[in-house]
Amino acid sequence: MKQRAVALQRWLAAWAAYLRAGDFLVLGGALAVCVLSAMTLWQGGHPDKAIIRAGGRVFAEVDLNAPRIVDVPGPIGTTRIEVQPGRARVASDPGPRQYCVRQGWLNSAGAVAICAPNEVSLSLSGRNADYDSLNY
Amino acid sequence: MPTMTPSTTEIELKPTADDHRVARHAAAAIVLTVAEAAIPLPLPGIKPGLANIITLVVLARWGWREAAWVALLRVLVGSLLLGQFLAPGFFLSLTGGVMSLVVLGVAMHLPKRWFGPVSQSVLAAFAHIGGQVLVARVWLVPHDGVFYLVPIFALAATVFGLANGLIAARLLSEELADQGVSAADAAK
Repeated sequence: MKQRAVALQRWLAAWAAYLRAGDFLVLGGALAVCVLSAMTLWQGGHPDKAIIRAGGRVFAEVDLNAPRIVDVPGPIGTTRIEVQPGRARVASDPGPRQYCVRQGWLNSAGAVAICAPNEVSLSLSGRNADYDSLNY
Repeated sequence: MPTMTPSTTEIELKPTADDHRVARHAAAAIVLTVAEAAIPLPLPGIKPGLANIITLVVLARWGWREAAWVALLRVLVGSLLLGQFLAPGFFLSLTGGVMSLVVLGVAMHLPKRWFGPVSQSVLAAFAHIGGQVLVARVWLVPHDGVFYLVPIFALAATVFGLANGLIAARLLSEELADQGVSAADAAK
């Protein structure tokens, strides 16, 4: 076991002999590009806005920074939408089957809850949506 | 004895020693390209790019012009052999090849004492993926979703750039050792 470790170390050292000082610099820069690009390009999914539509039109765009309750009128009653920092849900809806209410809290960009009978929808948008649940 | 009159329709090409050398190196690069195509890979666009070892060696030994000849011949013939000629993959390879040649043309002037084949290899690998991602974004997949793969491409460029650069450095130092120059002297 120890012999193998020593052999591996020798093998690595033999290859490392071909590296020059500047090469380490370039390799460090390359790794930095990997990490930074992963951090900037893969950070998606954090929603920053809730878009509420009623009857096909945008009824309100609410920032997901502060808690807030929005009442949306529709053809069969009022849909109540609750916003909290980073998430939003349909708190109550007059629809018969309550699908949009039972979806619970939405917390990723691109997520949508639709209350079809009352023609109200709640969707979260972010700079980088993970997915688009309507067009996917 | 009747003298042979040269035919007027026949064009005679006299390959020089340089031409033979380019052909030999390009042939080696093409073999690596074709062999590499047999390796199954998880993502399209990620390849070790072993043929670039040849480009690096030729660049160090014979200069940029010959490296460009070898790299572009390899892209052309490699795509013909793999049935990719004028397919999207061919244009991706061509763009990557041209971009890395441009970067190599700059990187070869970095001070030799500090920057060896590994630096050139890693920089060229990044130029390669940079060019490919741009072509893919503009032409093949006109959607920002392409950029989602950039970190993976960057990691692949780092790893394969390092590996190819090390192999090229070793080949070059062995070549010099055959001529009685040690690797340490070559670094100076």
